[in-house]
Amino acid sequence: MSLLDVNHLDVRFALRGGDVRALRDVCFSLDRGERLGIVGESGAGKSVAAFTLLNLIAQPGYIAGGSIEFDGQELIGLSDRKLRKVRGHRMSMIFQDPMMTLNPVLTIGEQMVECLKAHRRISTRQARTISINRLQQVQIPSPEARLDQYPHELSGGMRQRVIIAIALLLDPDIIIADEPTTALDVTIQAEIMALLLELCETHNVGLILITHDLGVVSQVTQRMLVMYAGRVIEQGPTREIINDPQHPYTQGLINALPQMATPGERLNQIPGSMPSLSKLPSGCAFHPRCGFVERPDGSHRSACHEEVPAFVTSGNCQAACHMVAEMIESERIPAEEQD
Amino acid sequence: MIAFLIKRLFHALLVMFVISLISFAIQDNLGDPIQQMVGQSVPESEREALREELGLNDPFAVQYMRFVANAAQFDFGYSYIFNEPTTQVIMRHLPATLELVAATTFLIIVLSVPIGVYSAIKPRAWLSRFFMGASIVGISIPVFLTAIVLIQIFAIGVSWSPFPTDTGWGSWLNELVSTQGGMPAYGRGNPIPVFGTWETNFASLEGLSYLVLPAISLASIMLPLFIRLIRAEMLEVLQSDYVKFARAKGISPRRIYFLHALKNTMLPVITVGGVQIGTLVAYTILTETVFQWPGMGLMFLDAIERSDIPLIVTYLMIVGLIFVITNTLVDLIYGLINPTVKLTGKPA
Repeated sequence: MSLLDVNHLDVRFALRGGDVRALRDVCFSLDRGERLGIVGESGAGKSVAAFTLLNLIAQPGYIAGGSIEFDGQELIGLSDRKLRKVRGHRMSMIFQDPMMTLNPVLTIGEQMVECLKAHRRISTRQARTISINRLQQVQIPSPEARLDQYPHELSGGMRQRVIIAIALLLDPDIIIADEPTTALDVTIQAEIMALLLELCETHNVGLILITHDLGVVSQVTQRMLVMYAGRVIEQGPTREIINDPQHPYTQGLINALPQMATPGERLNQIPGSMPSLSKLPSGCAFHPRCGFVERPDGSHRSACHEEVPAFVTSGNCQAACHMVAEMIESERIPAEEQD
Repeated sequence: MIAFLIKRLFHALLVMFVISLISFAIQDNLGDPIQQMVGQSVPESEREALREELGLNDPFAVQYMRFVANAAQFDFGYSYIFNEPTTQVIMRHLPATLELVAATTFLIIVLSVPIGVYSAIKPRAWLSRFFMGASIVGISIPVFLTAIVLIQIFAIGVSWSPFPTDTGWGSWLNELVSTQGGMPAYGRGNPIPVFGTWETNFASLEGLSYLVLPAISLASIMLPLFIRLIRAEMLEVLQSDYVKFARAKGISPRRIYFLHALKNTMLPVITVGGVQIGTLVAYTILTETVFQWPGMGLMFLDAIERSDIPLIVTYLMIVGLIFVITNTLVDLIYGLINPTVKLTGKPA
């Protein structure tokens, strides 16, 4: 059994015009020390998935169903008091924008010490010692002095290091990093990512990395999920998905990478944009943008806009696509006929 | 820090200078002080002599220069109606006003913070809805009306009998909607002298009882404003990333609300609030009139009625000074709470 098992997660936002379903039937798991990437366009539900793990989605969002089993404990329906023991302690988070994540009126030290004190019975002196140690690990110069500084006295990169140090304070089992480098300077992005990767490896911490940067995902993670309009549409080992994507959407994402374009020509892109979650197309939510609704022989695959595709397994990967399902089916039938 | 205070001192002087200039410039429209000073039977020639003696016939510039020259030596002239230096008159009335404002400020702080925070944390609770509704009512009703209603209910008392008295519950309900009255609502009672002209209402229960109704009616206009301001700011802060991050760290809700959120909420509240506390000094005119509270507001109305120009000018200048002082205090407190503000411009 995995450390974290997420099954059939269903998250909705109760809006005036009725419920909007932000996550549908999301399933994934994470082993101890494993690094999982979640990719997708803006609005695909990546961040909602991250916040749902710690039950931090704000009103009017709510969890309508599913289960989140963490180390044998069901997190959905857990009292706030018990959830607090998990938050920041066993599972911690790194947010997107380091300029907004630290409280501007509290010192770095106050924000680190309070986190330790919320979970352990220790003195302020001990907590400061641990904090200094963690700040050293994230390579912040003169950490003792930093403790008494305020966030505005630190640069964005420094602040994200502090946030990583806070995430590591209590030796968590899992760190959920929601686009941890998006808001940073390009020059610092690689530095911060390398630091995060190194710390996860040395401390054997599992990482759920939410990003839209396929390059980072391929360097850092072992497995990945591709999300589209609130659903997982493809999952499997990162290398296999990057090298041989099954789902047309994943293929489109990888083709859209600048490295994939021929120099001097326009970059590839997926036509159209992500549908609004309140007006999802019927069947496969991707079908209006998909180039494979017509079969190679010109016939129309009506299942694409009639049925929600189920996962089919291809190698170590799973993809939710009618086209992939048909291909696997057609490969298997000739094989059976030969017997 | 010292540079900051010196700068503020210059501000104060500038404000007082401008106020004195404006109030001097309108003195011709404030009525004839001589008419107020002398009886009906005094002939015009004697009036003219008095006018000459007081220097009222001099050109504006001459009069104003004389005033400024004297003011530089802390002599703001003689009050016509009290026949003593205006500063002395003001000093006698200042404590009453300051104590009323202090009691009101205390009420506002003690009530607005918990109510504002509560209605931001639980915006859907019926109690929050009640506070929001009541605050609209509070803002809309003028101070003098609130004051009169308070006097009727708590000082005079009302005995209503809208329910039939022939049943037990009827008379019980009648008693419930009727009040005894008896709260003092006229003047300051017998304040206890502290030193000089300063007598205090804070030193005895009896003295405090005189403060209750005036302070409540003065607070009635500001309190709703503060509740709504704190609520709005708090609601915004609760949506911020740093509050979400504090939740993700597993911090207790109490610490998140009252440390992480409240400290950030108070920054704009203090800025706006400080100015409003200054305005309270001006608002006291209405409250002091209704309750016959012997403070500066009541004195000022008197001075206007009787065209006591030196007293009017001095009062306006003192109020300007109070504004500058409260603003300076507010900036100092703001600097203490907000680490990104450095008053001296030098790094800490």
